[in-house]
Amino acid sequence: MAALLTVENLSIGFGTFDPVVQDVSFSLAPGETLALVGESGSGKTVTCRAVLRILPRNAHIHSGRVVLTCDGKSTDLTTLSERRMRDVRGNQISMIFQEPMRSLSPLHRIGNQVSEVLWLHRRMSESQARKTVLETFERVGFPDPDRAYRSYPFELSGGMRQRAMIAMAMVSKPDLLIADEPTTALDVTTQAQVLGLIKDLQQETGMGLILVTHDLGVVANMAEQVVVMHRGRVMESGAAAPLLKAPAHPYTRQLFEAAPAIPEVIPRPAPAAESDLILEMQAVSKTYTLRAGSAWRPDVEIHACRGVDLALPRGKTLAIVGESGSGKTTAARIALGAELPDPGGAVWFRPAHGDPIAVHDMTRAQRTAFQREAQMVFQDPYSSLSPRMRVLDALTEPLEIHRIGSAAERRDRAADMLRQVGLNADMLQRFPHAFSGGQRQRLSIARAMMLDPSLIVCDEPTSALDVSVQEQILQLLEDIRDRMNLSYLFISHDLAVVARIADEVAVMRQGLVVEQAPPEVLFHDPRHPYTKALIAAQPQPDIDRPINLKLVAAGAGSPETWPEAFRFSASVIPSLTEFEPGHKVRCHV
Amino acid sequence: MSRLPDGRYVDDAPYDPQTSIQQIERRDLDAPNWLLVWRKFRRHKLGLISGLFLLLSYLMLPFAGFIAPYTPNQRMSEHLYAPPQSIKLWHEGKFVGPYVYRTTSEPDMETFQWKFVPDTSRPIPLKFFCKGDSYHLAGLFPSETHLFCAQEGATVFLWGSDRLGRDVFSRILYGAQLSLTVGLIGITVSFLLGIGFGSIAGYFGGKIDWVINRVIEILRSLPELPLWLALSAAVPSNWGPVSVFFIISVILGILDWPGLARSVRAKFLSLREEEYVRAAEMMGASSGRVIRKHLLPNFMSHLIASATLSIPAMILGETALSFLGLGLRAPAVSWGVMLNDAQNLASIEIYPWTAIPMLPIIVVVLAFNFLGDGLRDSLDPYDS
Repeated sequence: MAALLTVENLSIGFGTFDPVVQDVSFSLAPGETLALVGESGSGKTVTCRAVLRILPRNAHIHSGRVVLTCDGKSTDLTTLSERRMRDVRGNQISMIFQEPMRSLSPLHRIGNQVSEVLWLHRRMSESQARKTVLETFERVGFPDPDRAYRSYPFELSGGMRQRAMIAMAMVSKPDLLIADEPTTALDVTTQAQVLGLIKDLQQETGMGLILVTHDLGVVANMAEQVVVMHRGRVMESGAAAPLLKAPAHPYTRQLFEAAPAIPEVIPRPAPAAESDLILEMQAVSKTYTLRAGSAWRPDVEIHACRGVDLALPRGKTLAIVGESGSGKTTAARIALGAELPDPGGAVWFRPAHGDPIAVHDMTRAQRTAFQREAQMVFQDPYSSLSPRMRVLDALTEPLEIHRIGSAAERRDRAADMLRQVGLNADMLQRFPHAFSGGQRQRLSIARAMMLDPSLIVCDEPTSALDVSVQEQILQLLEDIRDRMNLSYLFISHDLAVVARIADEVAVMRQGLVVEQAPPEVLFHDPRHPYTKALIAAQPQPDIDRPINLKLVAAGAGSPETWPEAFRFSASVIPSLTEFEPGHKVRCHV
Repeated sequence: MSRLPDGRYVDDAPYDPQTSIQQIERRDLDAPNWLLVWRKFRRHKLGLISGLFLLLSYLMLPFAGFIAPYTPNQRMSEHLYAPPQSIKLWHEGKFVGPYVYRTTSEPDMETFQWKFVPDTSRPIPLKFFCKGDSYHLAGLFPSETHLFCAQEGATVFLWGSDRLGRDVFSRILYGAQLSLTVGLIGITVSFLLGIGFGSIAGYFGGKIDWVINRVIEILRSLPELPLWLALSAAVPSNWGPVSVFFIISVILGILDWPGLARSVRAKFLSLREEEYVRAAEMMGASSGRVIRKHLLPNFMSHLIASATLSIPAMILGETALSFLGLGLRAPAVSWGVMLNDAQNLASIEIYPWTAIPMLPIIVVVLAFNFLGDGLRDSLDPYDS
């Protein structure tokens, strides 16, 4: 069978710099899925944009051909006129972009944006287009297509917006769909559902699919062909099954080793009587009041956290896992005293020496003492370091604030810390923008360590990083914890990441802890439907373990749809019961 | 490149799995912010030229008296409304160096104008580093040396003379001293107020933010020109030119700060969300330290650009006030005061050179705008 799309020796460069994509070749048969895998900066996005010729203005295709074969006709897309190219875009090839938040026009109704494709390419009348669009909306899983047609993008959640994007791409029944990290910005459970949807649609229409991703788990679930890219070059390409089972190139192997894996079943350690708690949160709730739009309606109360009880033993790691909006970040902010819990909640911090500190009610002196003991590592390495400060200034700032040591001592400590996190001491005089994401996260960690704290709150420290870098950072965090006897409160949306570092995991949903257990227990004996969904939705880089969409759908829906024993509504909330020692589940017993 | 038996393609090039974490990824970005901004600004030709021009203009200010052949209020009663004279080098095919012709004024009995007739038979070379009327260099050191002047009996009016027989060129140079600095003083006042109120509103939020915002809105809603007029009319007429000048620039600054305060506030609000600011707060930094060490440095460049863009408004404001006779008054010399003489359409028609002070205003305002644009474009050196 003739290939649908053939890319031959494609090289692309920006301005006069070295090419960012070199000699990339692959081909895709109709109805097949090809995954372009690579880390950020590997040139995968540039490659797929080159197919549609929507490159940034200063990028040029140096050499190579992109041949699209449709209905027996072959066209070279690199030499096509701009006019003819417009007929190809959206009609024969469509694209789904990464950011569902930004790829829809905020000023137009969803329905109009999707119908535009039909008006342009099929010259359909408005009512005809509307009918087709509503059918597509139903197909991509909008519960109420009519309402979706009339709504504006901001009225929809991220997952729904991505569905609208998919509908827009699918509505003209293209021959080839390019999906550029379509699920990276989504929660795991939503990701699983969106991937399932794309796969179903592909089987229905028989289109080709190019899937750009950095996640080998996604690849294993979706692709038949894989192209692994690194620094603009193809490292390895071929059929998915052999490539995933026995990667031949060292880079591919490295990617595999870095992919977070579900822990093996290990004999469960007897839960020790944990008396030495460094942090204890008791009945912590946080309610935000949202002013209602109209004066007649009552203000809306949002429960970010509801009755959270957590205890972190000294030297251990407690992880809070949940999707965006589950209240995990609020809990972390309360634990650090950045926000106050509602009256009735209490947060106790017990330093190794001295009296416990009531974090929910600190005096100024206590706050200063607490800040020396508890520090935070942030999510985005690109915004957590001030671009105006040299590494040295950024690292010594905490010491300066707390007036510790002389300038020379601070400097020595900063150099020492850099070595601790695996960087070179001569980087002190550099500016943060010179560093890669992983290096900056190391700098961030070094800064948090400067005050010699005993508790560190890590707010998704790896979610902005590439898989292989994520692995290194987790390794570093583990090393430092063991070396310095630190305790971590680790916030993440990714169960697999947490599995390797945490001693105890609390799964949160809608401000409530729904299940809490050590990670091994959680992975091999999950009780709560939401935990089951989270685990099932985790894409595994193992071609024989596809995502079980049924499990995902059962647990990821709203809490009203859960089985009787776990269901909670606005008025009735089951309590967190100890199911077995060290394993708590929120259910009616 | 090699093919595996199952049809897989594998790259042969040597691959180092441990690409060192010691390596610097973006060496080009390893520089202080100002250097990165400068590197980017350097490519903005128009902005660069404007910047150089403005730099030279401001450097010239203390030496205006030296460069000008006359002092601002020196009158040549024989040469009222004398037209511009040109400086020539060659006389009848012979090189004589820069020289002028002596002109004599004769009344034209038909139009009742003075007619200036050059005596083209005799070139009168200019003198350099000559003694002339006394002035103060940089306002401090008394001096009599001028860069160039005409010989006894001749005149050198590069851009003509005005109604009282004063040299327009010299007056423009002296006028620059006031006209160009009025913007700087005004912008300083506006900067202090704008940053102060803007950062308080942006950082603390809540009630203070509300109050400051309403004050800004009220100030912005006042019609500008009548307010200027009222305020400057309130300046006592017996004050000396220097205090009037000072008060005028302060008035301009007071009316300009709301715009700046708004942009400062907006910038604060967005910067507050940056994680490095949160990090500093978590470390226990006080609000003052967060503002000084993290917020201000990070948007100082934005402020400088917006200040550069609002200096022209101040210069134009001063010109407008003085033109209307409500700003600076004679004997002070500014471009606006000079244009006050050009209010009469008839006099512009007959003596077009009295409107020449418009030229430096246009050039300076344009230069500030180009410079500001260039700065604004190069402010974010980190994307790319």
